[in-house]
Amino acid sequence: MIELDDVRVRLGQREVLCGVTARLPERRIGVIGANGSGKSTLARLLNGLVLPTSGTVTVLGDDTRRHAARIRRRVGFLFTDPDAQIVMPTVAEDVAFSLRRHKLPREEVQRRVTDVLDRYGLAGHADHPAHQLSGGQKQLLALCSVLVLEPEILVMDEPTTLLDLRHSRLVADVLRELPQQVVVISHDLALLADFDRLLVMDEGRIVADAPPPAAIGHYRKLMS
Amino acid sequence: MPRLTGGKGFPTGDIARISVFAALIAALGLPGTLNLFGNTVPITLQTFGVMLAGTILGSWRAALAVAVLLVLVAAGLPLLAGGRGGLGVFAGASAGYLIGWLPGAAVTGWIVERGGHHPGIVRLAVACVVGGIGVIYLVGLPVQAAVTGVPLGRTVLLSATLFLPGDLIKAVLAAIVTKGTQRAYPDAVPAVHRERLRASKEG
Amino acid sequence: MNGLTGAYVPGGSPLHRLPAGAKLAGLAACCTVLVLLRAPVSMAVAALVVGVLFAVSGVGVAAAWAQVRPVRWFAVALFAMQVVFADLPSAITSVSRVVLAVALAGLVTLTTRTEAMMAFLERCLSPARWVGLDPFRLSLLLSLTIRSVPVMADLATRVREAQRARGVEWSVRAFAVPLVVSALRHADALGEALSARGLDD
Ligand SMILES: Nc1ncnc2c1ncn2[C@@H]1O[C@H](COP(=O)(O)OP(=O)(O)OP(=O)(O)O)[C@@H](O)[C@H]1O
Ligand SMILES: [Mg+2]
Repeated sequence: MIELDDVRVRLGQREVLCGVTARLPERRIGVIGANGSGKSTLARLLNGLVLPTSGTVTVLGDDTRRHAARIRRRVGFLFTDPDAQIVMPTVAEDVAFSLRRHKLPREEVQRRVTDVLDRYGLAGHADHPAHQLSGGQKQLLALCSVLVLEPEILVMDEPTTLLDLRHSRLVADVLRELPQQVVVISHDLALLADFDRLLVMDEGRIVADAPPPAAIGHYRKLMS
Repeated sequence: MPRLTGGKGFPTGDIARISVFAALIAALGLPGTLNLFGNTVPITLQTFGVMLAGTILGSWRAALAVAVLLVLVAAGLPLLAGGRGGLGVFAGASAGYLIGWLPGAAVTGWIVERGGHHPGIVRLAVACVVGGIGVIYLVGLPVQAAVTGVPLGRTVLLSATLFLPGDLIKAVLAAIVTKGTQRAYPDAVPAVHRERLRASKEG
Repeated sequence: MNGLTGAYVPGGSPLHRLPAGAKLAGLAACCTVLVLLRAPVSMAVAALVVGVLFAVSGVGVAAAWAQVRPVRWFAVALFAMQVVFADLPSAITSVSRVVLAVALAGLVTLTTRTEAMMAFLERCLSPARWVGLDPFRLSLLLSLTIRSVPVMADLATRVREAQRARGVEWSVRAFAVPLVVSALRHADALGEALSARGLDD
C-alpha cells in the first residue's frame, strides 16, 4: 500500500512535483506522462531516494522521511540503465551482493542466487563478467538482483526503454507473473495495457487516474 | 534530491565517483581510446586522467581513485597503458611517476578546491601543471635516478626534453576539458558537489 | 576488455604457498639490496639468485619473459646511455638492477592469486577508515572499479564513434568533454543505485 499526501518536491529552483495526492492499493500500477513531467521523481519518492519537500509519502505503513532504510529493504527499485545498477564484476556476485546483509550461510546464498538466475534464464551465465551480457540480459540481471530479496513492492523506472521487442515482452511476462505490487513508469503503452490502474502525469501533477483505456486516451489527447 | 550520504560518514555517491574515475583513468590507457593527431603519436592519456580526477573529484577523492587503481594494478590487473600490470611496474624506472600520481592528483584537487564554486581556467591550468606535472616529476625523477643509476641532473634534463612538452599539452587540455565539463555538469566542481551533498544530508 | 585477469600461474611451489604479505616484504628487501649493490660481480650473484627463485617457482620461461618484456627497450636505451656517459661496468649494473627488480616483482605477481594480493592490499588501505571508509566499503570500491572498467571503455568507444560521425575526431576537447560528462552522470546514477540497493542503511 502506497499513500501520497499533498507531496511537493523542489529540486534546485524548480518545483518538480506540485501537490500530488494518491492512494495506491492496486497490485499493478502504471505511470505515464511527458518527458520532464516528474515521473522519475515520483518513483524515487517511493523508496526514499527523494524526500518530499512538503507533504508525506507513506509506504507499507512507514513514512519515507523517517524510515528510509526499512522501506528500502521492502521496496525494490529497477532503473532504466542496467549498467548503472550492476555493481559487481560477475553475474552471480552481483546477485549475491543484494543478500550481503542477510548473513546467510554461503550455501544458502549460493542456492538463492542460482534459483533466481535459473528462473530468469541466466543460469548459464552465473560466472560470466556482467559486461559480456547483452543489454536485455543485463536488465534481467538487475531484475534478479532486486527480486532475490523478495521485496514487497517493486518500482521500475522505464525498465524496457533500452530493450528490444523480445526482451521487453520477456519483462512484461515477468511483470505479469510477479505476486507483489509493482509500480512501473513507462512510455511503452503496450507494457501497461493490462495494468489495474494508470496515472497520467503532467507538469508535476497527476492529471488523470483511471484504468488503462481511459488513461491512455487522456494521455494521447494531452500529447496531441 | 537523492540522499547520497551514508550513515558511516563516507558518502555512497563518493564511492561511485571514485570507482568510475579510477576506471576512467584505466580506460584512457587502452589502445585506440584516443587518436591524437590521427594515431601518428602514441600518447598515453593516463596522466591526463589523473589530472581530470584531481580537478573534478577534489583532493582526497582523487587520491583515493588513484590509490584504488594502483592497488588493482599491483594485484596484477593489466590496467596501465599498454596492458601493463602486476608488481613489475612498481619495480621499474617509472615506478616513482606512478606513486607520484597519488600526491599529484591530491595537489591538483587541492588547488582547484581553493577556487571555490567557480575555479577559473587559469587556476585549473595551474593546478594541472603543479599537481599533474610538478608533483609527479618531484616523486618520479629521484626514483628514476635511483633505479637506473643515472645521475639526477641528467635524468631531469632527459625527461624534461622527452616528456615535458607532451605533459604541458596534456595539462592545458585537462584544464580546458574540465572547464567544458563544469559548464555542462555544474556538479563537476568539487565545492558545488560538496555543498549539494551537505544540502541533501539535511534535506 | 575481456581479459581482466591477472598473470597468476597456478602451482604448488613454496613461493606459491607463502602469504602475499611475506612475499611483498621480501620483494621490498630484495629491491633495497639491488639498489645498494655496485659491482657487476654482485649483480651476477643476484641474477643467479633470481634465476634459482624462478626455477623453484616453476612458472615457466614464457610467463617469466612476459613480465620482463615491457622493459626490454628501456633496458637497451639505458645500457647505451650508460656506456656513452659512464662506463661499461656501471652500464651492466644499472641495467641488471632494473631488469632483476622487475623480474622479482613479476615473480611475486606470477605466484600470487589476484584475490590474495587484493585482500592483502585492501588491509594496507585500512587507514582510509579515518575518513569513514570501512572495510566493506573499501572492498566494494575495488569491485566497483573492476566492474566499471569495461563500462568506461565502452563509453569511450561510443563517444569516439559519435565524434567521428560528426567529423570532429581530431579534437581532444570534443572527445573528452562528453566522455567526462557521461562518466560523471554514470557515476552519480551508480551512486543512486547503490543507495537503492541499501548501501546507506
Ligand atoms: N537534480 C535536479 N535538479 C533540478 N531539476 C531537476 C533535477 N532532477 C530533475 N529535475 C527536473 O525535474 C523535472 C522532472 O524530472 P523527472 O526526471 O522526474 O521527469 P520524468 O517524468 O521522469 O521525465 P522522463 O520521461 O524524461 O524520464 C524535469 O524538468 C527535470 O529537469
Ligand atoms: Mg524519467
